[in-house]
Amino acid sequence: MIQNLAFYLFSFILLASAVMVVTNRNPVHAVLFLILGFVNAAVLFLLAGAEFLAFILAIVYVGAVAVLFLFVVMMLDVDFASLHEGFQRYAPVGALVALIMFAELAFIAGSWAIAPAGGADRLFPTPTDVSNTVALGQLIYTAYLPLFQLSGVILLVAMIGAIVLTHRDRKRSLHQNISAQHARTPEQTLVMIRSPLGEGVALPQTQKEEETL
Amino acid sequence: MMPFWDTYIGILILTVLKTLALVVPLLIGVAYLTYFERKVMGAIQLRKGPNVVGPFGLWQPFADALKMLTKETIIPTGADKVLFVLAPMITFGLAIIAWAVIPVNNGWGIANINVGVLYLFAISSLGVYGVIIAGWASNSKYAFLGALRSAAQMVSYEVSMGFVMVTVLILAGSLNLNSIVLAQKHIWFAVPLFPLFIIFFISGLAETNRAPFDLAEGESEIVAGFFVEYSAMSFALFFLGEYANMIMISGMTTVLFLGGWLSPLPFLPSGVLWFLIKVFICLFVFVWVRATLPRYRYDQLMALGWKVFLPISLVYLVAVAGVVEYFGWLPHA
Amino acid sequence: MNRVLRWTWSLVLWEILCGLGITLRYFFRPKATINYPFEKNPTSARFRGEHALRRYPNGEERCIACKLCEAVCPAQAITIEAEPREDGSRRTTRYDIDMVKCIYCGLCEEACPVDAIVEGPNFEYATETREELLYDKQKLLDNGDRWEPELARRLELDAPYR
Repeated sequence: MIQNLAFYLFSFILLASAVMVVTNRNPVHAVLFLILGFVNAAVLFLLAGAEFLAFILAIVYVGAVAVLFLFVVMMLDVDFASLHEGFQRYAPVGALVALIMFAELAFIAGSWAIAPAGGADRLFPTPTDVSNTVALGQLIYTAYLPLFQLSGVILLVAMIGAIVLTHRDRKRSLHQNISAQHARTPEQTLVMIRSPLGEGVALPQTQKEEETL
Repeated sequence: MMPFWDTYIGILILTVLKTLALVVPLLIGVAYLTYFERKVMGAIQLRKGPNVVGPFGLWQPFADALKMLTKETIIPTGADKVLFVLAPMITFGLAIIAWAVIPVNNGWGIANINVGVLYLFAISSLGVYGVIIAGWASNSKYAFLGALRSAAQMVSYEVSMGFVMVTVLILAGSLNLNSIVLAQKHIWFAVPLFPLFIIFFISGLAETNRAPFDLAEGESEIVAGFFVEYSAMSFALFFLGEYANMIMISGMTTVLFLGGWLSPLPFLPSGVLWFLIKVFICLFVFVWVRATLPRYRYDQLMALGWKVFLPISLVYLVAVAGVVEYFGWLPHA
Repeated sequence: MNRVLRWTWSLVLWEILCGLGITLRYFFRPKATINYPFEKNPTSARFRGEHALRRYPNGEERCIACKLCEAVCPAQAITIEAEPREDGSRRTTRYDIDMVKCIYCGLCEEACPVDAIVEGPNFEYATETREELLYDKQKLLDNGDRWEPELARRLELDAPYR
C-alpha cells in the first residue's frame, strides 16, 4: 500500500517536473526541474528494487551531466523572445504530429498485453538469488562483454574527438611550466661574485633563460 | 498479530528514534567542530582561541548560534527568492542525510543498504547543487564566480574519488559499507592502498571546499564566493553544512580506509569509540592542513585533479585489479 | 634521469610534510596570547597615552598659560584662553584638547616649561560619543589628579635621558 502511494507520489512529481522543464520560461529553472525529474526517476528505480541503477542514475546524470548542463545554461544568456518566434506558424504542424503520436500510443496501450509465457522465453531470466548489482555485473562482464567494451571504445573515441576538435595549442601564451620551475636549482640561477673594495665588477654572461628552464 | 515493531507505525517510530540518536550527536559534533577548529588553528598560530564564553570557551558555539539567529535575513534585490532560500537547506540537508548509511559500529548504520558506497558517492556529488544554486540565485558577480569555480572543482575531483572507491570495492568485494569495514579485519585498506588513501583524503578536501582548495570562497579574491550575499540563519546553514561535510568525509575515509569501528590493536575490543577516534583524527588533519597550506591557484587545482590524481588512481586501480586477479585474492570468487 | 627521480620524489609530498611538521611543532609551543582586559603588556615610561594637566603638591595647577603647547601642536588640537586670576597670577580660563584631532606626537609635553601638560600611560578611554572626546580643562585636571603618582614616576624615570 505504502509502496503504491510512494510510486504515485514520485511519478506524479516526475511528470509534473517534466512538464515544468518544457513550459518554464527561465532556462535555469528548467534545468533544475530536469534535475528534480532525474532524482524522482532514481527514486522510482529504487521502488522497483533496482538500487544499483537508481544510484548510477543519480551519480551520472544528476551528479555530473546536469551540473555541466546547469553550468552552460547559467553562463548563456538565452533570448527567449527569439526562441519563441515562429511558434504560431509551426503550431498546427506540431499539434498534428503530437496527435498522431498520441493516437499511436493510445492504440498500442489499448491492445497491449504481456504474453503469459513471456517471462520464461527471455534470453536471461531475472535472477532471484543475487542482488541486482551482482546480476548486472554477471550479464555485462560475461554475456555482453564485447558489446560493453565496444561501447566503452566508442565513448573513448568520442572523447578524443571532442578534445581534438576543441584543443588549440596556443604556442605564445605565457603559461607556467611547473615542473621546470621545480627543477631549477640554486646553481642554475644564482652566481656569487666577490667584488673587491672600491672597484666594480662586470656581470658574468648569464645563460639564456630558455636554456636553464 | 505482528509484533509492534514490524508494523508500519512501529518501523516509522523506530527509524525516527534511530535518526534522532544519530542526528542530535552529529549536530552537536558539528557545532563543536567549529570550536575545535578555532582552538586548533589558534594553537598553531600561537594563540589561545576562544576562551571567554564558559569554561575554556566551551559555550562559544551556542553563543555563535544565538548571534546568528538574532541577525536579520537579507535577501538581495534581484535574487531568485525561492532558490536563494533553498540553497543553504540543500547544502545542509545533504550533509546530514549522507550519514544514513555510515556504520558507526557493526550493523549500527540507520540503513544497511546493499549499495552504500554508491549512495554516499551520489550524495556527495549532489552537494555541488547547494553551492551552484546559491551562486546563481544571489545575482552577484562574486557569488557566481564562486559557484562556477566550485562546480568545476567538485566535478573534477569526483572522478578520481570515484576511481579510488572502485579500487576499495575490488578489495572488499561489496558495495555495502558494513561488509567493507569487515573486509578490513586483517589489514586496513589504508596500508595496501596508501597512495589512494592520500588521494582520497586530498580529494575530500576539494569536495568539501576546504583549504587549500577553498577557491569557491576565496575570501581574499572573491570576498566570500558563493555565500557572499547570505546572512543570519541561511549563512549559518552553509557554515554548518561545510563542517557537517567535513565530518562526513572523515567518516567515509574511516569506513573505506581506516577500518571503521575495528580496533587497531588486537587485544582491545572493537567498538564505536574507535570509529569516533578515527574520525576525530581525520578532522584534526583537516584543520591542521588548513592552518598550514596556502590556497591553490585555480589552474594548479585543475592540473592536480586531472593530470596527477586521475592518472595515478587509474593506474593503481588497474594494477590492484591485476594483482588481485593474478593471485586469486578476489573476494567471493 | 635526474628529472625522473625528482618527479618520483615529488610524489612523496616531502615539502608539504615539512610544512605540516612546522605547524605541528608550533601547535605544542607555549601560546603568546595576552588575556587582554585581565593581562596587559608592560608600557614604556615614554608611552604617549591620554593627556593630563598636573598640579603642584600644594594643589596649585602647574599651567601658566604660556600657550607654547598650543603653538607647537601640529594638529592644532589645543585651544587655550587665559587671563590674570584675582591674585594676579596668569592662569588659563579655558584649556581644551580635541582628542579626535590629537595625533599623540608628544610635542605639547616637550614644549611645556613647567611639566603641566603630559601624556599619561592610560590608553583605555574609548567613548560612545564623539563629544566625550572633546576634553576641557576640568577633565584634564581630573585626569592629572587620578594619574599623578604614575605621572610623577614616569617623569622621574625619563629624567636621566633629558
